[in-house]
Amino acid sequence: MALPTYDEVIAQWDPVLGLEVHVELNTKSKMFCSCATEFGAEPNTQTCPVCLALPGALPVVNEKAIESTILIGLALNCKIAPYSRFARKNYFYPDMPKNFQISQYDEPICFDGYVDVEIDTEEGPKQFRIEIERVHMEEDTGKSLHVGGATGRIHGADYSLLDYNRAGIPLVEIVTKIVPGTGKYAPEFAKAYVAELRDILRGLKVSDVKMEQGSLRCDANVSLKPIGSDVLGTRSETKNVNSLRSVERAIRGEMIRHAELLNDGKKVKQETRHFQEDTGLTRSGRSKEQAEDYRYFPDPDLVPVTPSATWIEGLRATLPERPSLRRKRLKEEWSVPDKEMQAMINADVLDIVEATVLLGADPTKARTWWLGEISRIANDQNVAVADLSITPADVAELVALVAAGELTDKLARQVVEGVIAGEGKPSEVVAKRGIKVVNDDGALMAAIEKVCTEQAETAEKVRGGHLPAAGALIGAVMKETKGQADAAKVRELLLKHLGQG
Amino acid sequence: MIQQTAAQMADALAKGETTSVELTQAHLDRIAAVDGQVKAFLHVDSEGALAQAREVDTRRKSGEKLSAIAGVPLALKDVLAQKGVPTTAGSKILQGWRPPYDSTVVSKLKDAGVVIMGKTNMDEFAMGSSTENSGYGPTFNPWDLTRTPGGSSGGSAAAVSAFEAPLAVGSDTGGSIRQPAALTGIVGVRPTYGAVSRFGLIAYSSSLDQAGPFGRTVLDTALLHEVMAGHDPKDATSINAPVPAVVNAAKSGNVKGMKIGVIKQLQGEGYQKGVQTRFDESLKVLASLGAEIVEVDCPSFEYALAAYYLIAPSECSSNLARFDAMRYGLRTGDVDGASAEAVMSATRDAGFGREVKRRIILGTYALSSGYYDAYYGSAQKIRTLIIQDYAKAFGKADVLVSPTAPTTAYKIGEKVDDPMAMYLGDVATIPVNLAGICGMSLPAGLADEDNLPVGFQIMAPAMQDQRLYQVGAALEAALLSQWGAPILSKAPALGGAK
Repeated sequence: MALPTYDEVIAQWDPVLGLEVHVELNTKSKMFCSCATEFGAEPNTQTCPVCLALPGALPVVNEKAIESTILIGLALNCKIAPYSRFARKNYFYPDMPKNFQISQYDEPICFDGYVDVEIDTEEGPKQFRIEIERVHMEEDTGKSLHVGGATGRIHGADYSLLDYNRAGIPLVEIVTKIVPGTGKYAPEFAKAYVAELRDILRGLKVSDVKMEQGSLRCDANVSLKPIGSDVLGTRSETKNVNSLRSVERAIRGEMIRHAELLNDGKKVKQETRHFQEDTGLTRSGRSKEQAEDYRYFPDPDLVPVTPSATWIEGLRATLPERPSLRRKRLKEEWSVPDKEMQAMINADVLDIVEATVLLGADPTKARTWWLGEISRIANDQNVAVADLSITPADVAELVALVAAGELTDKLARQVVEGVIAGEGKPSEVVAKRGIKVVNDDGALMAAIEKVCTEQAETAEKVRGGHLPAAGALIGAVMKETKGQADAAKVRELLLKHLGQG
Repeated sequence: MIQQTAAQMADALAKGETTSVELTQAHLDRIAAVDGQVKAFLHVDSEGALAQAREVDTRRKSGEKLSAIAGVPLALKDVLAQKGVPTTAGSKILQGWRPPYDSTVVSKLKDAGVVIMGKTNMDEFAMGSSTENSGYGPTFNPWDLTRTPGGSSGGSAAAVSAFEAPLAVGSDTGGSIRQPAALTGIVGVRPTYGAVSRFGLIAYSSSLDQAGPFGRTVLDTALLHEVMAGHDPKDATSINAPVPAVVNAAKSGNVKGMKIGVIKQLQGEGYQKGVQTRFDESLKVLASLGAEIVEVDCPSFEYALAAYYLIAPSECSSNLARFDAMRYGLRTGDVDGASAEAVMSATRDAGFGREVKRRIILGTYALSSGYYDAYYGSAQKIRTLIIQDYAKAFGKADVLVSPTAPTTAYKIGEKVDDPMAMYLGDVATIPVNLAGICGMSLPAGLADEDNLPVGFQIMAPAMQDQRLYQVGAALEAALLSQWGAPILSKAPALGGAK
């Protein structure tokens, strides 16, 4: 039987989702020791007796990680537990030094929240509320590199290399309740949810949220039930979903795979699946039919987490505006068309444009600079806009200089280049490069007279009322003044000179 | 010189009558002479000890202000990590491992100028009551070399009892300091849970483990207690409060007007006659010193042993998971083609002894889903009831007392095949650990039937450790005047400290 099309799937089946997102916090030190957390260090250089689980070593909780987790919980509209505990999740694996992971089990620090997401569809914008079951803290494991063997997995490998730098890096796991009711837009809503989470976390400055580096990882649970049924189907859990686009593809792919099995009268296996970026398909991982027994119990080496109400409320007061609300507000305040707004979000320049506007720049002008010339240079240099050495203050100054008539747009572009090249603030670049709008009427008039003499025939045509001919003369004057004159001014003076003003 | 108390040695050092090098050498000589019979030490660090001794002598000469026991040598239970010195916790699985770091207790000892002479034998991972579960063979009781010194800190207790060291550090999870102290005729204290840092103490049962001091007198024990204790930010369960004034209490022993509670459940049936007799006599001595003796009821203590043997194995099943042949210690079965899992299994099979395996399996079972509530969950409830029993009892008495162990030292091999009989030996000590409070054992004389030492246990509320010393010092002084000489002078096996 042929693979059903997506339309065929949703005509018959109703998807139910469950999303688990792991976020690596960007704390300076690990969850339970003072080791550094920097990404990409030489293997096993960021380790100590605690994160290597040497005999006798003990964990001590990183306060900053708890603070970050509470912030996340608050931003996701969660309740914060006045008392929660760490638990040990026991299982053997070589990249986990203690052979148990310190996590939270039945007492998570944050619970019962929600995230509202919105997607654009051909039927117009659609909203959906994704409910959050829990947000809890845990530590990351080390990394295994399995050498030899066909699959890069531990089975069949010749040997394995272990890097414990990542062992003990603070992780926050955000788990949704089961999400029914998304219907045919399940893949889009899931993607929008992860994107919204990413934006919220970025706004909180608690994580780098780089999916490609693994600081934001999504596991997608998918099951199908016949439309109208209340009985949940068997779910699969897809791991290794490393981009927003993959979230959408993985869910769509799993829906089709499940439907094919079910249409054939087969059963969906409850198992972990691995998403493959190249094919967009998933392949079977370990089977979960026999539930593993992790023998959770409260970690006796750690004391309960008991954040005070004062602390929690203090943190709540520092929460930034919710990204979706902020986007809505800025769109209205700046009267930005949809397409432009989306362009700013995609180019990741919203923060920087807002900062520029807050320094007094006109929103449209600020947006044009960041999205236009500056983005172009960033693109050429293959860096992020934010990594260029031009600041919102520089752009605000630039916009002001243009508005004051001291620079033309064309000259301002040279100034931008200078600022990015490290020549200083816009005013300094203007001074150093000798950039100046020629608006001294005397100097301009001299140039105009010179041009009119040189091109007497053309000048006569204009004098005779053939205004389009003025263009050539204006061009010549601009050339004469090395582009520093204001073209509008030149036109005005020229026409006056030739009796047409 | 080695027959002196640690306080006397410290005094002689302070007065310049001897040096730490001289004192340390004398003890190293004693170790060389008798440890072949006692087998208290797993590793003697003669060179390191003499280097430490030289350093403290130099510091003293330069006029530096030193701790009260600077320059006094000590024996360290092999459960505590000491940088660069073999540390095995009595297990083959850690044979040859040299820690790259110092436990907090070791750091504090070093800072105080205490000379660490070596690592003492113990039941593997502190699981046992006789030191017979050591991966390296048993330790022998200096009172009678055919008997066990108790455990799990049997090596430390035997070293102090055999005059191989004036002071020793042990650890007490269910009685592992107090019971060997009782069986070897010395003083041992399990401080309040959280009073001494567990950082670097190889974990058996995290919620019960606590390191503590051994000495031949109450004052010596207090001097060491004061050096070891104190808040440590590296241990999340460490108590952030000043160390109780244990040395002052040991110097001013007095029980006049104090209420001393005898726990109904911890006496009588099951206790050896000579043990009960010496215990009752000690009560009379305390009464004669002006204490009021009251009886208290702790009904939940009946379940203490059962709760302990669920909680401790549960925690150990997880704590010992790290011994997996990946990063340190023993690795066996690492032949071509063997998987990581196979190497882990082979290593754990070869490296762990029977008792350790028994407890790992017990704990794994108790934590399994479907059994958790019935076993681990119920045990935690009993723990709460025991805490409540103590709270009620301490409402009626300043300290509580009992015999430390139901019997005197038993023969080596006598109980190895009967774990239940062995476990019963901890019946009087375990409640202290479950409640996280403090306890002391000190000698109450010799049992008439076997001329072996009997231990008297004193218990006090959390962070009231000074009460142990206050009562202990008073009882010790009164008994000493009755006996006319320290109890250890009556130990026949090694001819005292000749």
